[in-house]
Amino acid sequence: MRSLAALTGLGTVLLTSSAFAEEAKKGMPQLDFHNPLTISQIVWLAIIFTALYVLLSKWALPQVESVLAHRKQAIDGDLDAARGAKQAADGAIAELTEATKDAQAIARTEIASAVAGAKEAADAQAATLNAKLEAQLAAAETQIEAARASAVGALRQVASEATTVVVARLTGIHADAAAVDAAVGSVLAARAA
Amino acid sequence: MAAGHTIDALGQFELHSVLGPVGASVGFSESTFMMVVSSALTLILLGVGMSAKAVVPGRLQALAEMLYDFVYKMCIEQIGEEGKKFFPFIFTLFMFILLGNLLGLLPFSFTYTSHIAVTFSLAALVIVLVTAVALAIHGWHFFSYFFPAGAPIALSPLIVTVEIISYLSRPVSLSIRLFANMVAGHVMFEVFASFIVMMAGAGVVGYLGGIGPLALNVILMGFELLVACLQAYVFAVLTCIYLHDAVHLH
Repeated sequence: MRSLAALTGLGTVLLTSSAFAEEAKKGMPQLDFHNPLTISQIVWLAIIFTALYVLLSKWALPQVESVLAHRKQAIDGDLDAARGAKQAADGAIAELTEATKDAQAIARTEIASAVAGAKEAADAQAATLNAKLEAQLAAAETQIEAARASAVGALRQVASEATTVVVARLTGIHADAAAVDAAVGSVLAARAA
Repeated sequence: MAAGHTIDALGQFELHSVLGPVGASVGFSESTFMMVVSSALTLILLGVGMSAKAVVPGRLQALAEMLYDFVYKMCIEQIGEEGKKFFPFIFTLFMFILLGNLLGLLPFSFTYTSHIAVTFSLAALVIVLVTAVALAIHGWHFFSYFFPAGAPIALSPLIVTVEIISYLSRPVSLSIRLFANMVAGHVMFEVFASFIVMMAGAGVVGYLGGIGPLALNVILMGFELLVACLQAYVFAVLTCIYLHDAVHLH
């Protein structure tokens, strides 16, 4: 605005200079109200401005308004649809999460029960096997005991016979069977003790 | 050498009748012709631009919608919700002045907004409309506008006088602002352009010297484009502010 004022000032200075002598005589054409064209402008302005106003307000501007309203409606509709779709998607995601959680819980309990069952079966199997082995062990021990007893019985007879033979060879005396048996029995008893 | 030359800076504002004897008989001048052209351009812009009615606008439609939106927002912001009623009037006023200013910048054209008869008629129309709206809405209460509530009664003669003068000076300032801006710009164009022609008369040195005023005119054209849009906006926005006062009384 200030520069405009400066320009206007410069224009005024120029207009008062000698180059504008002609202008000063004639004055501004805009203020020449003797010219009928100056006044006729006002009449034409009234006619043209009114016509423009009527055409704009009745014909042109409603078109723009309807297009803008239609666009707003379309955008609002699209936004609503998008919002609905988002809600549905959110619901589906929540459902999916819920289902996954349920499935995980079910799977976990099933795994736990299967593990427990397998462990029970294994324990039972181990128990029967142990019992069987125990029984076999006991039987084997009884057999060993019997074998040992019979072996110890046979040893006394062998020792008595060997003593008789050794005595006969060394002394030439046929040892009394009862005395030999008693001696062997006492030695064996001393060993066993 | 320039002694024989005079700068006819105001000749461009002289009115001549156009369209032959018919135009002369009804006082149809270049000024009037340009009013018809700018009105037609406004209608063509909206008519052709909006003919597609596209949801995604093309260039012309986008321009039409931007102008519509710009003026509509201005109405709503300045006047309030009641501004919708005055929107077609403000739009007409804005486009009429804007295109008058812009078309006037074309060579061989005529700037009807450089005539005080035109700008004052528009300003008078605005002020009559504003007063009529105020009277229609507020009735006799409208006259309280000239005396602000709470002011000392003793000062009332002074305050009322000042308020009435300021109210009546509105159309004067409104019309002279537009008129003076347009006249000043076009006078500057003419003066610098005359300098170029005078320089050219001085031979080779003059050709070089003529570059100065030519460059100035190029810069001035950019400035005048700004002024053309700005003054149309100022006229429209001031009308909106006056209408706001009329609707709300302060």
